[in-house]
Amino acid sequence: MSDNQFRICPESGLQFHKPAEMLMRAHAVVAVVILLIGGIAALLVTLTRWPAIHLLPADRFYQLLTMHGTNMLIFWMISFEIAVLYFCSSTLLRCRLATPRIAWLGFALMLIGIIVNNAAVASGTASVMMTSYVPMPANPNFYLGLILFAVGALIGCFVFLATLVVAKDEKTYEGSIPLVTFGALTACIIAVFTIASGAIVLIPTWLWSLGYINHIDAAMYRIVWWALGHSSQQINVAAHVAVWYAIAAIVFGARPLSEKVSRVAFFLYIAFLQLASAHHLLVDPGLSAEWKIFNTSYAMYLAVLASMVHGLTVPGSIEVAQRAKGLTNGLFEWLRKAPWGNPIFSGMFISLIGFGFIGGISGVVMGTEQINIIIHNTIYVPGHFHATVVIGSTLAFMSLTYFLIPTLFRKQVAFPGLAKWQPYLFGIGMSSFTLAMMGAGTLGVERRHWDMAFTNSALGFEYPASAFTLMGIMGISGVVAILGGAIFILVTVVSVFFGKSVESESSYGISATRLMRADPVVVPEGGHGAAGKWGFAAPGTFVLALFFLAIFVLYYAVNWKYLASVWPMS
Amino acid sequence: MSAIQPPAELVWWKQPLDKVEGTWIGIALVWSLFMFFMMPFWHIYGKQNLSSEAYKTTPQAYMAKTQAMVDQYTVRTETAAQLPVVRPPPGSDVYLLGRLWQWYPLLEFEKGQTYRLHISSMDWQHGFSLQPVNINTQILPGYEMVMTITPDTSGEQTIICNEFCGIGHHTMLGKIYVTEGGQ
Repeated sequence: MSDNQFRICPESGLQFHKPAEMLMRAHAVVAVVILLIGGIAALLVTLTRWPAIHLLPADRFYQLLTMHGTNMLIFWMISFEIAVLYFCSSTLLRCRLATPRIAWLGFALMLIGIIVNNAAVASGTASVMMTSYVPMPANPNFYLGLILFAVGALIGCFVFLATLVVAKDEKTYEGSIPLVTFGALTACIIAVFTIASGAIVLIPTWLWSLGYINHIDAAMYRIVWWALGHSSQQINVAAHVAVWYAIAAIVFGARPLSEKVSRVAFFLYIAFLQLASAHHLLVDPGLSAEWKIFNTSYAMYLAVLASMVHGLTVPGSIEVAQRAKGLTNGLFEWLRKAPWGNPIFSGMFISLIGFGFIGGISGVVMGTEQINIIIHNTIYVPGHFHATVVIGSTLAFMSLTYFLIPTLFRKQVAFPGLAKWQPYLFGIGMSSFTLAMMGAGTLGVERRHWDMAFTNSALGFEYPASAFTLMGIMGISGVVAILGGAIFILVTVVSVFFGKSVESESSYGISATRLMRADPVVVPEGGHGAAGKWGFAAPGTFVLALFFLAIFVLYYAVNWKYLASVWPMS
Repeated sequence: MSAIQPPAELVWWKQPLDKVEGTWIGIALVWSLFMFFMMPFWHIYGKQNLSSEAYKTTPQAYMAKTQAMVDQYTVRTETAAQLPVVRPPPGSDVYLLGRLWQWYPLLEFEKGQTYRLHISSMDWQHGFSLQPVNINTQILPGYEMVMTITPDTSGEQTIICNEFCGIGHHTMLGKIYVTEGGQ
């Protein structure tokens, strides 16, 4: 290990291993390019589902919806996450990345997979949606692209694990790995499970599409596919929660309220989160009620408990750090005087609130066995997962990117004024978009559907006018959110490829890294910070958490009441 | 030490919980268990539960059963395609099939009566979405799902396909008419 393989970032004090740095950059750049492609598809899909515009013809709509789904939910997320894994291992543990050459092989496979899959969809022979439910056939390259990508991602996971071994072996840190690395490890373990499930389902499906296997059972496909499809979103959850903790640490110097609680909560993810795949099968034929109830509850909601714990401990740790700096007035001075103009913080906090209040509550409600009857496959479902995956994961990753531009790419953030507003535009646009979709879904509007007016059908149906209004609100909000996404891509691309390097002084771009250099928060020995109320270290956060719970309980009750109005069935 | 650095104490797991964490974990755990027990509770006391009754079948076998019902209980036809409207006797087994891109046949039920509604697909996956009452289930080829339903509102209900099934997906509609009882 020669010293010239490393550089220390003068702004943040982070130590980068050069081969790891190049890999992180490559993965992040590919991720942002994918985000651009998926974003263009998003715009066209949104403008088609906005009834007043109804832009695309049906075949084009289904094609672009497929392209939007695979690129955003799989390629963008996992490409970025591999960069996060390398950051959380090599950079945070200040060690060399294991086997950079094999890591580059993984990168190449992922890139080839992305191209092969997108080419299949672009040819018009694979408009089967991300789920590609058998026996609807797709061009074999659709599955092949996903398989290649998954193999590449699996290599990335093992490079991450090997790097943890290297750090331990070479003693680059003392004691336990940092909490954020622990979160990344959680994401990695879930990813390995996810990719294994993907292999089990996609390899036979690929062979079936080539004619080597003559039948794949539709029910079995769905069970195994969702062990891929839902679990891959659980990688995102674990990763973005780790990013929340990282940003709390970066911006505020926050330390976890307690290592034990936060790590046990991550462990609950590993143990129980994947059971949530059952959410998709609650109204499928042939599965018993006992199976559905146990799995859909993630084993008595222990994984929901974990998310509720992170939802308290992340803002709680920020509150403790802020109170230690003297912001102790009232319940919320710590929050009011947070750096709302810093996109690293504002994006992370909007991500936390949106994920919890919109995505989290709606997910648990629609994942209730019986309530799913009134929600399955309506546009409520994409409403829910845009709140988790877009407001939750994507916005958290965008926030982290504002930190990575000066530290990893050594560039100043371009258009700082735009960057300051970007999380608000994206987060608020997306929140309104998801709420409108959930409203329309409650009125029965279907997902993955070209024409809610049913103009070409022999038998007609009319949704209530309010459903059309809500889909219009969805369209407008979607365009606002996409504008926010476009600004993110503009800022990122201009900063990285055309930006000034950070060596020249910036008025804005490194504000967050400056904060990092601030004196570390001194928290009293053995305690969690004393400056709270009622004996609570984070009383403001506790009040916010109770407010969250009140909304959760209310919304849960409202949905049972709605279900009770439906035709009796057994 | 912050969350991006190793914990300050080597034995971090012995640090006691803060009151705010302990209290919140307690509250959240109670809520989690409540939500869990709500589902079996509804199976016992609630009226809307999807049956897990289902059978393996084949498109041919299912088509034959459906056609037998259509031949016996058709009361009229609708649309240019002469789709049969079937009025099966209350309490009977009713067969509905989804295929590209049609629900077959149209059904007529009597309000307040109970029917054993079987549904299967002849080809790809479909979604049974009954609107505006809002009942949604997944329909798979090779599987015959049975739900025992009791329409308690009269009028016209539309079956919309809500699983993507190719280019004609958005035209795939069906009907369940519910007449007032005792006529």
